[in-house]
Amino acid sequence: MTTTPSALVLRAAGTNSDAETAHSFAHFGADTDIVHVNRVLEDPDSIRGHHVLVVPGGFAYGDDVGAGTVFAAELGTRLAGPLQTFLDDGGLVLGICNGFQVLVRLGLLPGLDQTLGQCQVTLTDNVSEKYEDRWVRLAISSRRCVFVGDMEPPEMMVAHAEGRLVALDDDVLARLDSEDRVVFRYADAQGAATQSYPANPNGSTRAIAGLTDATGRVLGLMPHPERGFHAWQHPEWTRQKAHGTLPDIGPGAAIFDNACAWVRANR
Amino acid sequence: MSQSFCIETSLRPEHVDVHAARIRAQAREIGLAVPDGLATRRGYSLQVPGGEADARALGERLLADAVLETARVLPTDASPCEPDTRRLEVVRRPGVMDPVAQSIVRAAAALGIEVSSVRSWSAFVFPASVSTELLEQLGSELLANAAIEDVRIDPTTGIAPMADLPDVPFHITRVPLLEADDAALERISAEGCLALDLVEMRAVQSHFVDLGRDPTDLELETLAQTWSEHCKHKTLTGIVNYDGEIHDNLLTSMIGRATHELDRDFCKSVFVDNAGVVSFDENFHLTFKVETHNHPSAIEPYGGAGTGLGGVIRDTLGTGLGARPVASTDVFCFGPPDLTADELPKGCMHPRRIMKGVVAGVRDYGNRMGIPTVNGAVCFDERYVGNPLVYCGSIGLLPVDRLEKHVEPGDLIVVAGGRTGRDGIHGATFSSLELHEESETASSGAVQIGNAIEEKRVLDAMITARDRGLYRCVTDCGAGGLSSAVGEMGETTGADVDLDTVPLKYHGLTYAEVWISEAQERMVYAVPPEHRDEILALFKSEDVEAVVIGTFTDTGRLVARSHGEVVMDLSMAYLHDGLPRQERPATKRVRDLTDPSLPGDVDVATTTELLTSLLSAPNIASKEWIIRQYDHEVQGGSVLKPLVGVRRDGPGDAAVVAPVLGSRRGFAVGCGLNPKLGDVDPYQMSLHAIDEALRNVTCVGGDPNETSILDNFSWGRCDEPRNLGDLVEACKACYDGGMAYRTPFISGKDSLNNDYRSGGVSRSIPPTLLISALAPVDDILDVVSMDMKSPGSTLIVVGDSGAELGGSHLAEACGALGTAVPPVNLTVGPAVMRAVHELIVAGRLLSCHDLSEGGLAVALAEMAFAGEVGALVDVAKLPLREGVSGLHPWTAAFGESPSRFVLEVAADEVDAVTAVLGSLPHAVIGTTHAEHALRVVDGDLPLIDAPLERLREAFVRPLDLDAVSAETSPS
Repeated sequence: MTTTPSALVLRAAGTNSDAETAHSFAHFGADTDIVHVNRVLEDPDSIRGHHVLVVPGGFAYGDDVGAGTVFAAELGTRLAGPLQTFLDDGGLVLGICNGFQVLVRLGLLPGLDQTLGQCQVTLTDNVSEKYEDRWVRLAISSRRCVFVGDMEPPEMMVAHAEGRLVALDDDVLARLDSEDRVVFRYADAQGAATQSYPANPNGSTRAIAGLTDATGRVLGLMPHPERGFHAWQHPEWTRQKAHGTLPDIGPGAAIFDNACAWVRANR
Repeated sequence: MSQSFCIETSLRPEHVDVHAARIRAQAREIGLAVPDGLATRRGYSLQVPGGEADARALGERLLADAVLETARVLPTDASPCEPDTRRLEVVRRPGVMDPVAQSIVRAAAALGIEVSSVRSWSAFVFPASVSTELLEQLGSELLANAAIEDVRIDPTTGIAPMADLPDVPFHITRVPLLEADDAALERISAEGCLALDLVEMRAVQSHFVDLGRDPTDLELETLAQTWSEHCKHKTLTGIVNYDGEIHDNLLTSMIGRATHELDRDFCKSVFVDNAGVVSFDENFHLTFKVETHNHPSAIEPYGGAGTGLGGVIRDTLGTGLGARPVASTDVFCFGPPDLTADELPKGCMHPRRIMKGVVAGVRDYGNRMGIPTVNGAVCFDERYVGNPLVYCGSIGLLPVDRLEKHVEPGDLIVVAGGRTGRDGIHGATFSSLELHEESETASSGAVQIGNAIEEKRVLDAMITARDRGLYRCVTDCGAGGLSSAVGEMGETTGADVDLDTVPLKYHGLTYAEVWISEAQERMVYAVPPEHRDEILALFKSEDVEAVVIGTFTDTGRLVARSHGEVVMDLSMAYLHDGLPRQERPATKRVRDLTDPSLPGDVDVATTTELLTSLLSAPNIASKEWIIRQYDHEVQGGSVLKPLVGVRRDGPGDAAVVAPVLGSRRGFAVGCGLNPKLGDVDPYQMSLHAIDEALRNVTCVGGDPNETSILDNFSWGRCDEPRNLGDLVEACKACYDGGMAYRTPFISGKDSLNNDYRSGGVSRSIPPTLLISALAPVDDILDVVSMDMKSPGSTLIVVGDSGAELGGSHLAEACGALGTAVPPVNLTVGPAVMRAVHELIVAGRLLSCHDLSEGGLAVALAEMAFAGEVGALVDVAKLPLREGVSGLHPWTAAFGESPSRFVLEVAADEVDAVTAVLGSLPHAVIGTTHAEHALRVVDGDLPLIDAPLERLREAFVRPLDLDAVSAETSPS
């Protein structure tokens, strides 16, 4: 009998992409729970019953002080122990957009020295200095991350004001490559990593759009795979339909499929 | 020793300050040269009982970005200035919402640090060479808004933490009304900002004469709030004498009458709840409401627009037992974006500043709430300079078994959400007065700043409470605050409130301020006593403050107490029915109109130039700069986005949303608005607005047979008979249009005092009717977009064309308004919509776009560059209205006759399509081709020949307010 994957979607005041993220996991057979962080703080061990911990998109605590800062402060102090145990037990962690911002502030990504609480990169103001909603192309830089599997380089949408990755120093930047932590980069029409706006929507250093950790079981990314889950969410789907090329499912779905498949095969 | 500190974060020098770059660019735009070397800082003033070490830890571990920033900690009594620099600080005035404070307290607690009295601010550090004059200009024109913020230049001490205001001693204020003569009555109304006229004041006086006592200030305020134009629609529900033609209640005799006579079974609740309710599927209804927030947005665009959206979202939460918001809309009217400084009336902000503030306000509120802003429009006209219009709409999903609500005596009155402060006093009455030069300073109390996360918390918690059945009734605190909310909920029962139990942001509020404050993000619930503990615990578990402030009674009286004394005791019946009805004169406006003179000879160069100039006209040009700043895809239901096509630059006709995860049923939402037509004919303007809203939803696959519409009137002062005459004409069109299209009005709102007085001259906005349309989409996979799909397709125009040019862009380009608007044919128009819908559902169209502003040529250009497909079209083939024997080539290309569409059809589908169109006016007008060029001819005469890239550029550039920003980011 195979394991039924179980995903815990964590929400806080201001989280807003929890329902569609849970829906994406449920589509591939996962049991999903959307739980307020206050409930987890009351019972920190409750996260152990799940295979995937998801920090979804939104504006946790209004992004006051900085994107993801307050949520990360809470997770990194009151939940540091249970979180470490969850990781040590082989759990998967997915942070999307605001969730990615939380994971880097926690030090979980890129996690070069595998210590929580050490912030090595940040996600800060877009060079355009404004919030933007647009679809971008991604290049896959590493397939070491279990969420990536053999997916095609996808198009996905971004919607954020603070997505520009900046590393603490050149050493950190070099190690992101040498230790194979970069999963996704913003790409031009030919699929090559780019610094050109708007293909690189925020001016992110080395076009970085998503990172993983040493284990490959943690993924954080600015784009929203859950909003490209259905084929009809793609901005050109009406063209694809007219041309007879509309796929069955959207470009972001593979992220959730791969996570569920990995849990079934490994847990 | 003082334990209050200023903590300031600044970027390490090796990092780029993107805020500083933007400020310098914006300053340049308004003619101010800011030298290199500007640095922006974020700052926080707070009490830290643990002393400097704790403050430092807070700065380094929480407030500064560990990768980018350093934190500086200073006691608040030390000077924050640095050597060889000049410093400008911007801080919100005491009492203005500061959403950041609460989050910092929570995060500090997680770090084990106690803080209180938090206040956040910004600082800007300039090179020493910058003059005081420049700093003052930057402060007043760019960095701060005097209505809510203070500017400090080179301060000698830091900003103090938030201080509590002193308590005010309790005493009951009675207003001497019984002995007042007419002059005194008018003075009492004016000084109290009551917005009641003499007839109304006399009615109030006689009520209290009967009672034999003077009213308390609270009783008078409550009557003024409840009787405000904003709440009661006195003009529309009054009696209008239109040149001898008597209209008794335009709302029920025109607008509501259409709904009533149509009696469509999909209407579940109309004109009674906080939003209209229509059926959607077996589990859910849809709710839709559109509100205006014009006056607050004129004074503080960011806060005004943000709270406008926040307010209409609360209407959704307050409909039935609470609908979940699934989409927002926004429609704005601004002064021309290229207005020069000389043309700007005294006391007005520049339209670009208003536009940027309004867009940012909607963006920050909607995005933070996680509600996609999916559809809108922007209209520019110089008469909106002093009085911009901001319409915000909200669509919600309501479970079918959560529609009914009522209050029972004995139910507890529970208020949940934000605390009450002095913000937003007199919003309902302020919106019913004329704006003037000093409004910015005189009425700043009416301006509010929103806290979207507070409202999101309320939303999350109340949906759970709703599903558990913990309350019997709900409404939102909007205009009039608790006064309106409790007064409305308890209308048929009675209510008794203890004002001392209302949670306050700070001390120092009088009982009257507590009652009428329009502090945001509050909802009021009627809770059966047995659910008291459960609902309070539920709210607490989601960090929402909720308290019992009183009880609904069976006395039919509205009673409020403070300090154990009764401060208000009003009869509900008098409060709601005592308002004397207004009778107002209206007259038909006499217009001095001329037709434009079209050139005898036209050539391809000037006609192509005319097309590109129309594509660049602010009312037509791309609104991408606005749209991209809105999260229009959150919640995962975005089927058709506002921008479509290969390069996502095509202006989609309407948005399509699939609101239920896992279901392929959706809805289309669109709008119609064209005040230029109203300058010629307000009746036809209103029919055009209905027709346009329906065209837009029909184009994408919405079902015009099942569409609901909303009316939002923004008008000039209606004590001016000609303005009121225009309003009567518009209302007549609403009835006629609603009946002809079989589209019931399900909700509406009016804002009827949009005049701006400057230099002794009062100026009205043009009559502005917004029609919003909501149409079901049975299967979202049927949806069609406006971008041309393939070379070799056939282009068909359906709907006929007339020669009238009144209010059109072509008329304006030729220097006149025109004498007549092309009339909507109330038989052919609805039939055309039905036929187009039938074709879409049958899958026979590759693309579909309506003809609106700029006519056929603009529509073709948009479809072509969006699809990167060229076209060749002959306007001589256009179907003409009966009796029209031929059109001037420019009228054919750019005329704005209603009820017309361009259809792109695969060659092998043409016969099937023309069979459906049958006897409706239609014609094949051309074909698409692979070459990226649009060519339009009139028989043998070439009219337009342009590469698509030229058309695209003309459309995309003009309203890109950030065109100055870097095209390429640093690597």
